[in-house]
Amino acid sequence: MKKGTKIFLTVLGFFLAIAFLTPILILVINSFKGQKEIMTNILGLPQSLNFNNYVQALDKLDFVTTVVNSLLITVISSVLLVFLSSACAWQLVRTKTRLSGILYLVFASAMLIPFQCVMLPLVRWMSTLGLMSRPGLIFMYIGFGGSMSMILFHGFIKNIPLELEEAAALDGAGPVKTFFLVVFPLLKNSAVTVSILNVMWIWNDFLLPSLIINKSGSQTLPLKTYLFFGQYSRRWDLATAALVITIIPIIIFYLACQKQIMNGVTEGAVK
Amino acid sequence: MKKKITFWCFVLPLLIPFVIVVLIPAAMGFYYALTDWNGVGSSARFIGFENFAYIFTQDKDFWLAFGRTAAFSAIAIVVINILAYLLALLVTQHIRGVNFMRSAFFMPNLIGGLLLGFIWKFIFSQVIDSLGKASGIGFFRNMLAKPGSAMFALMVVVTWQLAGYMMLIYISQIQNIPKSVIEAAMIDGANPFQRLRYIITPLMGPAFTICLFFTISNTFKLYDQNLSLTNGGPMRMTELVSLDIYNTAFDYGMMGRAQAKAILFLIAVVLISVIQLNVTKKREVEM
Repeated sequence: MKKGTKIFLTVLGFFLAIAFLTPILILVINSFKGQKEIMTNILGLPQSLNFNNYVQALDKLDFVTTVVNSLLITVISSVLLVFLSSACAWQLVRTKTRLSGILYLVFASAMLIPFQCVMLPLVRWMSTLGLMSRPGLIFMYIGFGGSMSMILFHGFIKNIPLELEEAAALDGAGPVKTFFLVVFPLLKNSAVTVSILNVMWIWNDFLLPSLIINKSGSQTLPLKTYLFFGQYSRRWDLATAALVITIIPIIIFYLACQKQIMNGVTEGAVK
Repeated sequence: MKKKITFWCFVLPLLIPFVIVVLIPAAMGFYYALTDWNGVGSSARFIGFENFAYIFTQDKDFWLAFGRTAAFSAIAIVVINILAYLLALLVTQHIRGVNFMRSAFFMPNLIGGLLLGFIWKFIFSQVIDSLGKASGIGFFRNMLAKPGSAMFALMVVVTWQLAGYMMLIYISQIQNIPKSVIEAAMIDGANPFQRLRYIITPLMGPAFTICLFFTISNTFKLYDQNLSLTNGGPMRMTELVSLDIYNTAFDYGMMGRAQAKAILFLIAVVLISVIQLNVTKKREVEM
């Protein structure tokens, strides 16, 4: 590549990258301003580093409770999904019957069903079963996330040689032992991929919790943010601070496992 | 026998929630579409195909939302994929800072749709509006209050969210192209543009298939961003299908009719996905 082209592409790349980050930067800058200052000086730096908006937004979002709810629901659902779907996928791969083929197809084709198509009967049916709660929500995430997780594991397990399991069986290991001591350790990377995809989806999901959770104190972060905006739609001083607060956990997650996230997302899509 | 017990012990813990949460409601949905169900707790009377008849003959708003969604998806798919492909080509060059660029382009994808919509609501209704005021450019004023520019705004939000994700998929495909193929083309005297046009792009087939599938299903089912950016306004003129279904059910209390719309939506989604996968798969070039 010519030197001139190289410099041009580098400058273009940095320019675009900064353009992509600009909305977030403007948001952060304005979160320190008062209501009036946002109206008069939206692009300038704040006059002073005022954390007053943050104090109020933290309080109005009931931040600690809300984040704990989101964390518990996301983590428990993702962990259970990894174990339940890898176990299911393992048996579907290793059992060569018509039934296991059919089950695989049912899981796969369910991925095409848009959520809108099941949400109304779901709400009615879940309230009959008494599952309109946080544990109920976790149960639903296992149901909705099951298809994708199981199919990803199915793809990974197919590539594991059968000999290892046969050797374990010869040593007298039962299926439970074989799965946890032989198969699952080999799926470590895949488990990371599946977890990341599930965490990103469940953490950000809004529609399902908005239909299921109706008690204050049980709300997740996206749901609480939505309710907050319903109440303070004209208070951009508080709203900008609230948005920055709700993005922070995502940014921390991204910075902590950027490599795994980028690999996981690509691998999940390509499989 | 023992094998059978093992099989079910491993399969059922996932299968049971899946059946209860996905399959049973899906089956119930086909029945409710044929009833006059009008509230979560209330009873539902069987009325045959009346809901469908009403939708096909009288529900203009639904078809407007449907057409809008189709047009929006069609444009968004082209815009997102072209941008994503160009970004992928850019960050696979031997230049400085590609890791930073990749992270920046992908970052918006981690933020959920609802938050994205609110962030951009601030940008469009406050920041760009004040730029419009200062510069006198009318297009920038109150962009979310005018249907045309509000749809444009929604396009910006979705592109910002998805371009980085699709970029990653294109990158992995570009890196899969063997070096020998590129080198052979260079020896034959192909310039960078010719290499892109005749060597790299034709080999991107599998990535195009995946990216088209993702962008179609993400834009066609779009809900969160639509809700938080404009909530379908002004005058329901930026309402997409998912939002129309939701509002039919919960704002107007027509659960049965909303379910009938959802069934039509399901048919459209399945048809489009199947056609797209068949068409792009056929055109993939074997390496």
